[in-house]
Amino acid sequence: MKADLLVIGGGLHGLSAALQSARHGVSVILVERHFLGRHASGATAAGVRTLGRHPAELPLSLEAAATWHAMKDLVGDDCGFNACGQLQVAEDEAALAKIKDRVSRLEAQGFTHERLIGSNELHSLVPDLAPHCLGAAWTVDDGSADPHRTIGAFRDAAIAAGVQILERCLVTGLVRHSSHWLAQTSRGVIEAGLIVNAAGAWADQVAALAGDPVHQAIRTSMMVVTERTSARVKPVVSSLGQKLSFKQTVQGTLVIGGGSQGKLAPDRQSASVDMVALAASVGAAVRLIPAVEGIRIVRTWAGMEAMTPDHLPVIGFSHRVEGLIHAFGFSGHGFQLVPSVGRAVADLVCQGSTDHDLSAFDVTRIAIERAAA
Amino acid sequence: MIHDVVVIGAGPAGMSAAVHLRKFGASVLVVDEQPAPGGQIWRGIERNASGAIAAALGADYEKGRALTAAFRASGAEYSPSTQVWQIEDEWTLFLTSEGKARRVRARAVLLSNGAQERPVPFAGWTLPGVMTVGAAQILLKSGGMLPQGNVWIAGAGPLPLLYATQVLGLKGQISGFLDTSKGLNLGALAKLPAAWRDLPSLAKGFKWQRELRRSGNLIRGISDLRAEGDGRLQQLEWTAGGVRRKAKADVLLVHEGVVPRIHETLALGCDHDWNSTQNYFAARSNRWGETSRRGLFVAGDASGIGGWTAATVSGEIAALGLAGHLGIQIDIEALRRESQLDGRRSRALALRPFLDAFYTPPNTSIADDVVVCRCEEVTAGTIRKVARTSASDPNAIKAATRCGMGPCQGRQCGYTVQAILAEVHNLPVGDVSFFNIRPPLKPVTLGEIASLGELENAE
Repeated sequence: MKADLLVIGGGLHGLSAALQSARHGVSVILVERHFLGRHASGATAAGVRTLGRHPAELPLSLEAAATWHAMKDLVGDDCGFNACGQLQVAEDEAALAKIKDRVSRLEAQGFTHERLIGSNELHSLVPDLAPHCLGAAWTVDDGSADPHRTIGAFRDAAIAAGVQILERCLVTGLVRHSSHWLAQTSRGVIEAGLIVNAAGAWADQVAALAGDPVHQAIRTSMMVVTERTSARVKPVVSSLGQKLSFKQTVQGTLVIGGGSQGKLAPDRQSASVDMVALAASVGAAVRLIPAVEGIRIVRTWAGMEAMTPDHLPVIGFSHRVEGLIHAFGFSGHGFQLVPSVGRAVADLVCQGSTDHDLSAFDVTRIAIERAAA
Repeated sequence: MIHDVVVIGAGPAGMSAAVHLRKFGASVLVVDEQPAPGGQIWRGIERNASGAIAAALGADYEKGRALTAAFRASGAEYSPSTQVWQIEDEWTLFLTSEGKARRVRARAVLLSNGAQERPVPFAGWTLPGVMTVGAAQILLKSGGMLPQGNVWIAGAGPLPLLYATQVLGLKGQISGFLDTSKGLNLGALAKLPAAWRDLPSLAKGFKWQRELRRSGNLIRGISDLRAEGDGRLQQLEWTAGGVRRKAKADVLLVHEGVVPRIHETLALGCDHDWNSTQNYFAARSNRWGETSRRGLFVAGDASGIGGWTAATVSGEIAALGLAGHLGIQIDIEALRRESQLDGRRSRALALRPFLDAFYTPPNTSIADDVVVCRCEEVTAGTIRKVARTSASDPNAIKAATRCGMGPCQGRQCGYTVQAILAEVHNLPVGDVSFFNIRPPLKPVTLGEIASLGELENAE
């Protein structure tokens, strides 16, 4: 098998990079060791959030926000995107002061996506919200999407654009020759000029195979989904300083997450739920919206994703190996960035450069020094 | 405190294990979803002490009385009406009773939580008025309730025969019994000689069949069953002898055998084996009932369908295994020999190969318009369509269709999704895996989980 580009990892970032590269006429093979969206992309709360983004991520995030509102143009489906807005609630004065400070700093830099709202407006947006909430940051154009529909839409669009997708295909070896890579996989040898490493929690293994070893942690954020209930909360709600994000899907289920960490298996191949740790997020949800107390949980899970020390992703060319582009380490907030990071990576694939400033995402931050030969 | 063993399920296997573990001096907590001990087979044994219902339930039912009394006297701590909704490593169990969640710790866990009826979707199976034979028998055992109106039974296996006999014994009415079994086949005949070792059970089965035939409407060799009605069951259709037939019906009770409960062992990542005669997964266990996870044991039907006699013996064997695991100073090999546990178990299982071959699970392809996932209302057609372009992994189907995402966690649709994937990808059924099972094992409220965090803060 042979292609211009081999994308390793069938999550949303891999699919997005593959799709947008293929649209520029590049031949692409995408390999996924399980099935598409098996880990972080399928385990995500699917928040579409510019709210509270690190300044370095904002340009990518704002570009992505615009694409989410016109997602049909990119993948032929709206991916279940619901522009319900996102709220970051302040439950005490200290939290409110922090939010005020951030919003005014953003405004000073000319960013207007976040707006400070007071208690009255907040409680009219979410009537079920507990009375102690003082105010919030409000991003009216944010929202959430349907992760599985998003995976399906990106897959179908990628296939239509000519991407060849191989599921149940594990990469076991990567060898760089003068002008191309030879990738050993469980489904045969693949020759490609370029490789995109979008292997999520396993990106460090791919980087090591390619000769560009990195050190990354693994996040195992837990999520809760409940039975369906009548519509009560429209926006996605989080609380500053609490491990909580809360939303109601179009199906009527409540989805509660926010970064409480599950238990990573010693072999780093799987993660399981830590019910007591999860109770902190659930407790925060019940404190914020007491009316949900009697609703039954039907499922919880722990997703797995690569995490960097500064919680910023790694996006860009390897400096030690030719023909290797990284796109991983989204540290639990990569879902919204899927369209814009895919575009930036496709730029790197097709032109060797992109108009986005990727310096904050340089792989050198997490590089492991190779022992001298 | 830390219990030596938490036993999940107070049926034949769980009670038997608890009684013996107490004899060895272990501290035991038995948790059970039911309000009283006995499991499914001996449900309501303590309240049905005498009278017409007890008489109709028969001799096997009566045999539960002694073990239940021994369990009550054993000194095992007993938590009835309690759901186990999460089990974490080495071993923490999360329980809910009377709307309150709590955590208990244990050095070892025994899963003796039995079986569930095999869900077999057919056209109209979600209509009110259609229920399982097992559910009908629960109503009989717990309140003496008999189905009313035109009552039909459709299915195969010992349970529908037994239930029909019990209903007739209580002067109940059954309009007809649609027997879906294939009849005596070569595979079953080959197993018959071994089955003679359990002559009483074999004779019992023939007696049930005889009584049923005498009552009238025993219809053999039926297929393409369809339940119809406007908002509830009104009539049945089926094919027998190449002819399509119809009948009025108010109640349809269905049953196609039972399969082990595996959600707990799946959630804990235990190794499982595929039973290709009866088409189910069961947790792999060693000769003491220990699964691939150290300290996690399984006994009774939960470890593979064997019936109540085999379950009591396997509970006894697991008690020995658990004693060994706990380091209790007894000679478990000698006790196993002296109590002739292996001989008793093999006699109790003598009829099983015959039954398994006689009552083979249905293998007909499910029509596209039939609802497979009741929670999320996903049809066989939707699953087939997605299966054609997805990996042969049920979790990919779940992600793409929401099939198996509802409160039952795939207990109703898991095996059907597996069968459809096997059909579409042309694979042996056992080569397709099951859904990944995520906690909670039983639905639990947000408030109950939140209260665990408060417990933590108080500690």
